[in-house]
Amino acid sequence: MLRFARLQLRDAAAAEDAVQDALLAAMSNAKQFAGRAQLKTWVFSILRNKIVDHIRQQARTTNASALSGADENLDQTFDSLFKSNAHWTPGSRPRDWGDPQAALHQQNFWNVFDVCLNHLPENTARVFMMREFLDFETPEVCQELGITVNNCNVILHRARNALRLCLERGWFAAGETAC
Amino acid sequence: MLNCKEITHLLSEAQDRQLPLSERLPVRLHLVLCQGCRNYGKQLDLLRAATRGYRDATRDEHTK
Repeated sequence: MLRFARLQLRDAAAAEDAVQDALLAAMSNAKQFAGRAQLKTWVFSILRNKIVDHIRQQARTTNASALSGADENLDQTFDSLFKSNAHWTPGSRPRDWGDPQAALHQQNFWNVFDVCLNHLPENTARVFMMREFLDFETPEVCQELGITVNNCNVILHRARNALRLCLERGWFAAGETAC
Repeated sequence: MLNCKEITHLLSEAQDRQLPLSERLPVRLHLVLCQGCRNYGKQLDLLRAATRGYRDATRDEHTK
């Protein structure tokens, strides 16, 4: 649970608070639980709410659409993959990653994935994690963070490009040279 | 005709919402002709599967 909260909040103290709050809330509302859902699922839905509370508070004081230097670097890297006519340059054309299930079954893949995820710039990571970890629909993410849907789409696109390049370099290309 | 850069944006958005037919058709047409963007789309699918798998693993870690 702590790791889950930490990945989402990127703040160890805030993550501990969220988990503690969630566990306390779960214990004091244990009667409500009454076996309707799996205990784990129920506690996680409480944790999810606590995490969202924290993100909401944060959104009031920070500008979620602000571009950091790291975000700008990612955008430049992405632009450099294309020729002037906006088609892929021969060297950067996305390759066939082969059987995805094969990768997902290897521990090393997850180590690389972990590094890639932690390398995302903070704002970009927050939007991506809300969408993919907390299962928000894009309009909900924008609403919580006070940004436009278009902005949200741009940020998600940036996050996905960064992750695919990171996996390409750290896993798929590395695996090839090793053979 | 859409270029590859535009296609990557639409493929990313297709992960989040159902694209309307007016966008789906040009994307499909482009993908028939462009191996790079086809692979890009498959890579996004793998990314989604990996993120879900990763999420479930971090959930299970301490609750077992």
